[in-house]
Amino acid sequence: MRLLFLLLWRNNFTLLFLALLSFCFYLMVQNSYFQKASVLNASNAVIARTMQGVNYVREYINLKASNEQLARENANLQNRLKESLYSGLHARDTVEDTLHLQQYTYFTARIINNSVNRRNNYLTLDIGSLQGIKPEMGVITSQGIVGIVKQVSPHFCTVMSFLHKDTRISAKFKKNEFFGSLVWDGEDPRYATLKEIDKTVPVKKGDTIVTTSFSSIYPSGLMLGVVTDSEVESGSNFHHIKVKLSVSFQNLSYVYLINHLLKNEQRSLEEAGTKDDN
Amino acid sequence: MIIEIINIILRFLVLISIQVLVLNNIQFSGYINPFLYVMFILMLPVKLPKSLLLVVAFFTGLIIDMFSNTMGMHAAACVVMGYIRPGWLRVLAPRDGYESDALPSVKNYGFQWFIVYASVMVLAHHFALFYLEVFRFSEFFSTFLRVILSTLVTLLLIILSQYLFTKPEERKK
Repeated sequence: MRLLFLLLWRNNFTLLFLALLSFCFYLMVQNSYFQKASVLNASNAVIARTMQGVNYVREYINLKASNEQLARENANLQNRLKESLYSGLHARDTVEDTLHLQQYTYFTARIINNSVNRRNNYLTLDIGSLQGIKPEMGVITSQGIVGIVKQVSPHFCTVMSFLHKDTRISAKFKKNEFFGSLVWDGEDPRYATLKEIDKTVPVKKGDTIVTTSFSSIYPSGLMLGVVTDSEVESGSNFHHIKVKLSVSFQNLSYVYLINHLLKNEQRSLEEAGTKDDN
Repeated sequence: MIIEIINIILRFLVLISIQVLVLNNIQFSGYINPFLYVMFILMLPVKLPKSLLLVVAFFTGLIIDMFSNTMGMHAAACVVMGYIRPGWLRVLAPRDGYESDALPSVKNYGFQWFIVYASVMVLAHHFALFYLEVFRFSEFFSTFLRVILSTLVTLLLIILSQYLFTKPEERKK
């Protein structure tokens, strides 16, 4: 017994090292597997407020670009208004369309912290549980999708960016509905890779990629990007498609959060279905 | 003694602020992330007890983690750095040993000594950090490239700041 204590005492430096290292691993694992707002992260009020201060400066610098984006968005919305009037006249004739149920509601929020230069990127937004934000809400801009809400505190929330190794988005071609999944390969924040598209599907440069309706997070038909390059590797059954993302993650400042009102209904139905299989 | 401690705390605050407010927002070409804050651990006094060094390194990393939402990664990398530091300092010790209250800096031990000392420490830190971040071997070589490029840029920044914050007449040739 004395020998054991002596051994421990002699190696106390290495033991302390191993203890601290395992604590770090514990933090990493806990942070990535449990979607709970722990005290030690960027939704922590003090840290978030510092970031907010930094962001005031950045926002002022980006003011011109933001204005242009808002003007474009207004124009876009006005176009839709006309379209909706037109289709409204049509809808009167069809019996099935008379029941309209609101499926998505939108929140707007400002980004107070953002990164694109890591392998796993996160954003922090200035909206939180007091405004009704919950984990797993989708985050988009007028140009396309940004990410998924991960942790929520009363005034802030963190968002797992699309630029993250665990993010996969179900995507399809706008022209022919063939679907695959869009992932980020970690090199350039402007490009992503579309996987699982069979090599018999014709792919052209300039094809538009949009979201599918399979996800319970994003509405279908949201713009994701445009094909810039595609090739079939020898021996593979799939295309390797390079996609230019429509969102430029380097200069985001305002985003929308999507609340899918029927998500729980869809989830519980799908879970009940898989339960019967087992 | 008290002035020394105040100096260390000041250096800590300045380096953390530069890292969090400036460097975390800068990106060169997608591959390069400089982490200047490791200079704080490099420049701790030589005679600091080994266990205290580990604890200080751990909390330094943890604070960076809190600001960049990477819980545990920087802390782990810093602890690795703190672990190899005493051994590496012993290997590099000058013939008559270290002066009792000296900081390991360019000013005290010269440019060549410092770059050998710093490059191994920074490389160890970046190696641990980038591989923990990716956490898989399928991107081994692209991660390796990121480690090497970021190490070079971090070293460049550390050397530059060594000269920026030293008065010329104090510097030894």
